[in-house]
Amino acid sequence: MKTAVIVFPGSNCDQDMYYAIKDGLGEDVDYVWHAETSLDGYDAIMIPGGFSYGDYLRCGAIARFAGIMPAVIKAAEEGKPVLGVCNGFQILLEAGLLPGALLKNKNLKFICETVPLKTENNQTMFTSLYKEGEIIRIPIAHGEGNYYCDDETLAELKANHQIVFTYAGENPNGSRADIAGITNRNGNVLGMMPHPERAADAMLGNKDGLRLFQSILNHWRDSVHANCIS
Amino acid sequence: MPTASLEPSAETIAQEKIYRTMGLTEDEYAKVCKLLGRKPNYTETGLFSVMWSEHCSYKTSKPLLKKFPTSGGRVLQGPGEGAGIVDIGDKQAVVFKIESHNHPSAIEPYQGAATGVGGIIRDVFSMGARPVAILDSLRFGQLDNARVRYIFEEVVSGIAGYGNCIGIPTVGGELSFDPCYNGNPLVNAMCVGIMNHADIQVGQARGIGNTVMYVGASTGRDGINGATFASEEISDKSDEKRSAVQVGDPFMEKLLVEACLELTKHEALVGIQDMGAAGLVSSASEMAAKAGVGIHMNLDLIPQRETAMTPYEMMLSESQERMLIVIKKGSEEEIQAIFSRWGLHAVAVGTVIEEEVLRLEHKGEIVAEVPSDALASAPVRHMPSRVPETYTLNQTAPAWTPEIKNYPETIKRLLTQPSLAAKDWVTRQYDYMVQTNTVVAPGSDAAVVRVRGTNKGLALTTDCNAKYLALDPYVGGKIAVAEAARNIVCSGGIPLAITDCLNFGSPEKPEVFWEMEQSVSGMAEACKELETPVISGNVSLYNETDQEAIDPTPVVGMVGLVEDLDKVCTVAFKNAGDAIYLIGEAQAEFGGSALQILLDGKASGKVPALDLELEKARQSNVLQAIQSGLVSSAHDISEGGLATAIADSVFGTSFGCDLTLFGDPAVELFSETQSRYLVSVPKELTEKFETIVRDTVQIGIVTTSDELHIACDNESFTLNRPDLENDWRGVLSCIMSTEN
Repeated sequence: MKTAVIVFPGSNCDQDMYYAIKDGLGEDVDYVWHAETSLDGYDAIMIPGGFSYGDYLRCGAIARFAGIMPAVIKAAEEGKPVLGVCNGFQILLEAGLLPGALLKNKNLKFICETVPLKTENNQTMFTSLYKEGEIIRIPIAHGEGNYYCDDETLAELKANHQIVFTYAGENPNGSRADIAGITNRNGNVLGMMPHPERAADAMLGNKDGLRLFQSILNHWRDSVHANCIS
Repeated sequence: MPTASLEPSAETIAQEKIYRTMGLTEDEYAKVCKLLGRKPNYTETGLFSVMWSEHCSYKTSKPLLKKFPTSGGRVLQGPGEGAGIVDIGDKQAVVFKIESHNHPSAIEPYQGAATGVGGIIRDVFSMGARPVAILDSLRFGQLDNARVRYIFEEVVSGIAGYGNCIGIPTVGGELSFDPCYNGNPLVNAMCVGIMNHADIQVGQARGIGNTVMYVGASTGRDGINGATFASEEISDKSDEKRSAVQVGDPFMEKLLVEACLELTKHEALVGIQDMGAAGLVSSASEMAAKAGVGIHMNLDLIPQRETAMTPYEMMLSESQERMLIVIKKGSEEEIQAIFSRWGLHAVAVGTVIEEEVLRLEHKGEIVAEVPSDALASAPVRHMPSRVPETYTLNQTAPAWTPEIKNYPETIKRLLTQPSLAAKDWVTRQYDYMVQTNTVVAPGSDAAVVRVRGTNKGLALTTDCNAKYLALDPYVGGKIAVAEAARNIVCSGGIPLAITDCLNFGSPEKPEVFWEMEQSVSGMAEACKELETPVISGNVSLYNETDQEAIDPTPVVGMVGLVEDLDKVCTVAFKNAGDAIYLIGEAQAEFGGSALQILLDGKASGKVPALDLELEKARQSNVLQAIQSGLVSSAHDISEGGLATAIADSVFGTSFGCDLTLFGDPAVELFSETQSRYLVSVPKELTEKFETIVRDTVQIGIVTTSDELHIACDNESFTLNRPDLENDWRGVLSCIMSTEN
């Protein structure tokens, strides 16, 4: 599997994502500069956390206009796995690949800590290696992670099983329905505030996030295998 | 030149003594005239006033700093460059420095703290290193004061705002509260970087004819005279100096880090220096002086974000996120390409010249011409010193003995003092995990950051118990270094070297200068004995409000090397059944202790003694035991004594303990006798442990209970961990959620 980690000016979890895939997963991975225009040849797309363009104007609002974004949208339409973490989630929302918006944390402060998440849907290409309802521990680090959407959208998210992760303990940021991560309707675009790439290394004492990347790899292997047979 | 013409002439500056309002003394002004062979014009007077300020020149502290050991087997770069460098093996090195931003933070706490972080990061990456960690040593007044709460909240936000955005984890530091910092908080930021030996850079302008380039953000009018402001005491009028505080843009700095790290791999780079305090003038004159050359600079070419800026304003501006670089002539376009990829300016603004002067051209005229080394060598001031009466009184006072009626209650009260309470309210706001190398997060004795690609780590800490220094700056100075080293050792690290941030009051007061002398002597002695040279540092003087000086607070930032990350150690108990050992015997030493301050309201008497030979031997034994894998947890016994050390070891775990102590319970539980540790050892390894660490006694075992049972002579009591931990964790968030 060949993965692209998109680098915007101000991305700062790009290396963490890179090492989670290279060292944690043991797969091929490249940094792809925001000004590039093609993602052909990549099997999975990662939009890392950070403060793209300084988060000026609004988190993710400027990144959405970057040269690489049409290629990200194309990859999403082709059904490739697209994962946006933290600022990456914000960018996916701004790009319209996911519904809703992220507001400031309810306590108005940046929060960095490891929190329990509940796996609400393990039938996705990102979560197949988790058990349904499994509680995992994943770090969060954000100032604007308070997910918001209107009633109609929330009902759709629920009906389509698009809510993948919820906060299992105290909701740290005030997000609607305790939402920590959602997919698009097709289930191939996942946006989440918690950082699975920070929980993919035994030396740091937590490997709960690694299975998310392993799930993507399994999905890719299955699809390659299916293509070969057909 | 409409604006420039408003500037007073050289004659007027002399006649009306305008140089005095700019910060130069009579003697200094006379020296400037002698050096130039004429009276300086307005711009030149400005250059000297800022370069000869205490902040830039260390003119008062220089004679004292000579006492520090600055070299040693592993030191690759001592003081004098942006930051010091120490070898960590495998052709890699650690780069670090600490710096104060006290004065700006007192006036404009968010930006003051944020730009403090930004400045120290530039010092580190200007050496060619990738910044991998930030530590913050913070001191504030009492939290019952609304202004203090505001400053505390904004300083933490400012550090978080800058560090989180730029993507460097804030992994540690200190936080304490004392009335002496009510009007003058201390905000000291330390940055640590990792680099390959081959990439080491220097801030030198070598090579006649080479090109001087300006890179990074544009120059505005912010922060003009910031360094001069930092060299005065804070008063009612300080608020007027708000414009002397710079404004930070961490996004710009993130781009600058990446671009400069690309630049440092380029063979055309000759020298690089941060435009920190005193901006363009300090970077240009220091780079020229260190190389024994001059620089001719055309100010019309300086990227400016405001109109009609004068040479004075451009040279003294402390606009953030700027660097000055010298590159080989002819490689301008290649260098510009690196920066433009990151959307940054890289403009050729000058040339290295043979004549040893800093020559500034503006609109076709030479507006300043001064010898480069003159700016960089302020006349040293030798200040008188006098032993304060309080010192003599404290030395001769009868020993203070505590009267404790209720032990559990006293322990709870100690742990809920803001200085000893949990720091989660602060550390939760810092991204301490970004870069995914944080092996030991904030909350243990030292943070540990992995050196990626190896099985090694860096142990990082900052320390200073200012209460000891207030009573006895000499012994207190020794303790600050020794305690830092103990924290490194408890994490499994070999202490390598220190950086220091010497925060004091006005050196013009003989008593304060005496404190400086004594502190530095004590620190220097400990550094020699413990083989931890001083490789970088910063001096912050005039930390006073309304004539009242802060307690002497020389903060020690220490870095240690963990050779095998599998042997990293933390304070928390790990296994039920482990034997708990106390290393070192407690004496009735309470001067400056947390218990004394709690019960008596103030520090008095003699501080705990420190025997450096014993200190070193114990450190070496404890480290050997940890490196041999014999120790489950280790914690030094410091503020609050054994009682707080025990609490720290059970908090955050599901363990309790059964302890039996012998002796006076007040002494056993609360004395702050130095060079002591609390460790836990798997029971099958106790024999081996005792052969390595000899002056130790087993005092109990780790249990699975929620309770801590403590028996000592005729005292015996039980503490409930969840209750105690709850109180301890809630202190700061409870105080900070109170309105007004």
